[in-house]
This record gives sequence, structure tokens and C-alpha cells, in this order.
Amino acid sequence: MEEAERELRLLPQHPIPVDDRSPWGLTVNIPPLELQRIMAAYIIRRLLIAIPIMFGITILIFVFVALAPGDAVDAYLRPEQAGDAALRAAITHALGLDQPLPIRYLDWLAATLQGNLGFAALTGEPVNAIVWRGLLASGSLMLTALAIGIVIGIPIGALGALRQYSKLDSGITAFAFLGISTPSFLAALGGLYLFGVLFPIFPVGGMQAAAVPFTIPDFLAHLTLPALILGFGYVAQFSRYTRSSMLEVISQLYITTAVSKGLPSRTVVVRHAFRNALIPVVTIIGLSLPSIIGGAAVTEYVFAWPGLGWAVINAANQRDFPTIMGISLCFAVVVLIANLLTDVTYALIDPRIRY
Amino acid sequence: MAMLGLVVIAILVAGALAASESGAYTQDLANHELPPSLAHWFGTDSLGRDVFARTLLGGRVSLAVGLVSVIFSTVIGVVVGALAGYYRRLDFVIMRVVDVIMSFPQFVLLLLLAAFIGPGLLNIMVLIAVLTWTVPCRLIRGQFLSLREADYVVAARVIGVRDRLIVVRHILPNAIAPLLVYMSLGVASNVILEATLSFIGLGVQPPTPSWGNLLNTAHSITVLTEQPWQWVPAAILIVLFVLAVNFVGDGIRDALDARSTVERA
Repeated sequence: MEEAERELRLLPQHPIPVDDRSPWGLTVNIPPLELQRIMAAYIIRRLLIAIPIMFGITILIFVFVALAPGDAVDAYLRPEQAGDAALRAAITHALGLDQPLPIRYLDWLAATLQGNLGFAALTGEPVNAIVWRGLLASGSLMLTALAIGIVIGIPIGALGALRQYSKLDSGITAFAFLGISTPSFLAALGGLYLFGVLFPIFPVGGMQAAAVPFTIPDFLAHLTLPALILGFGYVAQFSRYTRSSMLEVISQLYITTAVSKGLPSRTVVVRHAFRNALIPVVTIIGLSLPSIIGGAAVTEYVFAWPGLGWAVINAANQRDFPTIMGISLCFAVVVLIANLLTDVTYALIDPRIRY
Repeated sequence: MAMLGLVVIAILVAGALAASESGAYTQDLANHELPPSLAHWFGTDSLGRDVFARTLLGGRVSLAVGLVSVIFSTVIGVVVGALAGYYRRLDFVIMRVVDVIMSFPQFVLLLLLAAFIGPGLLNIMVLIAVLTWTVPCRLIRGQFLSLREADYVVAARVIGVRDRLIVVRHILPNAIAPLLVYMSLGVASNVILEATLSFIGLGVQPPTPSWGNLLNTAHSITVLTEQPWQWVPAAILIVLFVLAVNFVGDGIRDALDARSTVERA
């Protein structure tokens, strides 16, 4: 997170102009028409750059699969058929595995671009279905956890900065330190033990009760515990960054000016300090999105939440290569889109950013 | 705070070094799943092995993985970062590669590679290094980009000192400071990575213990609820170690960087 820390120090030295249209000064900045055109051009440029990166990632994934030790055909043979050379040759030819590597890569790429991600090695299920199911489950978990992290973490961090060195601040700092030192699976295990077993408030594991039709309250009950555990990890991280950022902003000259002008402290804090402090925090949230996806994977594994992370861990344990490739591709796409969204949010918050 | 962290780390390292291999591997099936007692300080696991000995040896394994992988990744990162920072044309290519690696969720990539290359102690060290070298690479590249225009470097170039000598003798010693912070914090994050991988089953394989391995047993509800002595010590030790390393890393950063007065703990 060194570059994240460095981003913190690149805080703007002049404040964001305050918008008098809203009482709290926190409007979303809709840029005028010419600026919208520039931003549209920037977004299109970013998407165009993302394409070679995507190709690079597909090559990376494919090369690793191809170089993996062991024969991919083994997953398609029953144990007693393993010695049958003719059958093995037939399956290898049917799967196209006897063709040279570049041809295999292009075939896979062509199929992927047409929307066909292949079939899972063990169950024969189309990978598209696996990815889609996993996406919905993972998405709901991650978005909820992220929302918890943002809604609770950022205000707590700001509060800690405003009352620096008080007991509240020490408590918040200690909690944040503990939160970022605990690996995600440990927090998940601990939460599972505390709230699932010791005090059995929440259902343990899975996305819905077994053999029961899907209902929203049931889904929400199962969502609570993993989302809370995951969310508190983010609360620790985001509160730490918000606190640092707020502390840097508060020491700036324009805050002193605002206070000496006689503005009520609520105005100073929200309209001037908080808005400027938010920019590095948005950057850092955007930068840590890839690791957030990874952290969610482990929590899914512990809670048996049938999302993408759980699917990819199981596929990795079973060496189910088509599923692994399809899910990895999905992850890469999600990360790229998330980065783009972060940049657009950046521009919406800060009217001074020019592309 | 940082001194306290150092003390904790010293205790953990001493404990890890003192671990005995025989104690961790002898099975005693008659005495399996015993709670803590005078004979077995942390009890026994499902195969009758002494959990205390396994936790200590697991500490050695986990700390070794963390340290070695950080050293590997620093070496790779410094070499590549120095090349990228010093030679402009290489910089573009190297940065694209770094972008591709960094735009992928790190843990998922680790998972993929572990699935493809196979689990095991050395594999894990190399894998984690191969995934995390981008961080020191970016650090060193940033330092090089700014130090390259320093007066003494320009003077050395003008005199005709060979590139390699300039890099090694003039730029590198001045670029090392943030590396120290990275190395200390990197050990903690690599230990967490290894623990997570072993927890899933793709890291260090049993019978070799590691802290993540020991936590793998907690995946069954029986062990989780009724036999906490098997996994709670490893869990506490991981958190303690990472906390201590974070304190020490923050202390180093405060000492090295005069401007970062924000986080005075």
C-alpha cells in the first residue's frame, strides 16, 4: 500500500470550491457539456487500453494452464480407464489438445469472444452458468460488505481524526490496527464461531436453507453474518485511511481560514474538510478493489457461500481447468470495470480534475 | 510501540528456532484429541501429535516462508525496478507487465498458480515472490526516476562512469529507505498469504505444519467448537505476529519519513 500512502500525500493544496446549492456542500459535480465530451473520450480511451490488458491476461491464464504438470485428459477419464492409450488418444484429439499451443489459444479465445466459456471438466456443466450463478452470489455479498465498510468506516475514521488522541480515537485506531492485522479467514472463522455456534443467532453457511424454495428473508438472514464479517474488515481499513486523510486536511491553511472566518464547525468539517479528505480515500478504495475480491473469496470458502471465490477455490482444488479459466477471466473483467468506475467517481467528486 | 513489537517478534522467532522436529511429527494414536495438560501443553490433534510442538514448528515454517519470499520478491523487484527506472524504453514495457499483474486480484492469481504448479514449501515461497515483486519494483522505480536527475548522478554520467557502477554505488544506497518499510510490512502480508493458502489446502502440505495448516483443521465444526486447543494458538500467534510487524513497520516509517507525522500512535 505504499503507493496508496503516497497518494495521500498528493492531497490538493487548494480546497475544492464549495457548492452553495446544497446545504451540506456535498453535491455531485455534473460537468458542463464540453467537459462531458472530454470525459467520454477519456472513458473510451481507457476502455481501448483495457483491451490489450485483457488479452495479456488471457494469454497469462492460458499459458499457465497449458504449462501445468499432469495431463488435462485425466480429469475426463475414470480411474480404470487411465491406462487405455487408445481412449486417451481419442479424447485428446476430441478435445483438440494435440494441436500446437497458439492454435489452442486462438480457438479458446474465439470461443470465449462468442460467449462460450467451455464446460467444467468434472460435471460437464457449462462454465457460463457457473460464472453467472457465482457472479450474482458474490456480487450481493461484496456489495453489501463494501456498503457496510463505506457507511460505517468513513464516518468513524473522520470522527477519530476530529477527536484526535481522545479515548474514542485510541479505540478506533486500536480496532483498525487489529482489523488489518487479522487475516480474513481468521475473522471469518472467529465470526462463525461466535455468532453461529456460541450464540446461534445467524444461520451457519450457505446462501439459503436447504431444500426450501428461495425467499428473500431467508437469503438476507444467511447474508448477514458473512457480509458483517467481511464488512468489518473494510471498516478497519477505510477508517484508517480516512483518519490519516482527515488529519492531513485539517492541518491545511484553508481550514484555519474557515474557522477564523467564524463558520460553524459543522460547516467547516463537512463542507471543507470532509470533501477534500474524500479524494484520496476514493483512490485507495479503488486501488484495493482487487484485493477486496480476493478477500471475499476466502470468506466465501469459510461460509460455503456459493459465489465466484468459493467456485474458483473448489475448481483449483480439483484442477478443473476450464472453470478456473472462465472464472479468472470474469475476475479480471470485474477488476477493470471497477477501476474505470473509480476514475469516473473521482471526476464526479472533484470538479478540478481535467482529462 | 515499535519496541514492543520488536520484543514480540524476537520472542516468536526464538520460539520458532527452538522448535523440535521430532516432537511435531511423532504420532500417538492412543492419545489423540486430548485437551491441554502438563504432558502436552496445547493438547494433541487428531493423530495424537503434540499441538504445542506443531505450533512452534509451524511458526518456523510460516516465518521462513514470509522472510524468504520477501527476500526473493525484493531481489526481483529491485532488479526490474532499477532497470525500469534507469532505462526509459524498458520502462514502458515493464510497466505494462506490472499493470497486467497488478490488475488481477492477487489472491486469485496465487490460487491459480498454486493449482497449476502444485503445493509445497519451496513452490509457495517462489509463488508468493513472483506475485508480490511488483510492489518493490514500483517503489524502486519511483526512487530511481527522481534520483536519476540528481546532480551527482548526472556528474557521474558526464564523467563516463559505467551504468552499472552508477546504479550500484550511487543511486541504490539512496533508494533503499522505503524498501526497508516494504520488507518489514511485506513479511507480515506474506505470512498472511501463506496462511490463507495453507488454510485452503493449496499451501504447505501436511505433515509439515504451518500456522495456516493448523487452522485448516478448524474447518470441521467438531474441531471448531469442541477442540479449540488445536487451532486457537496458531490463530493468536498469527495475529500477534502481524500486529507486531505492523508496529515495527510503522515505527520504521515514522523514523525515516519526517513528513509522515500523521500516525503517531
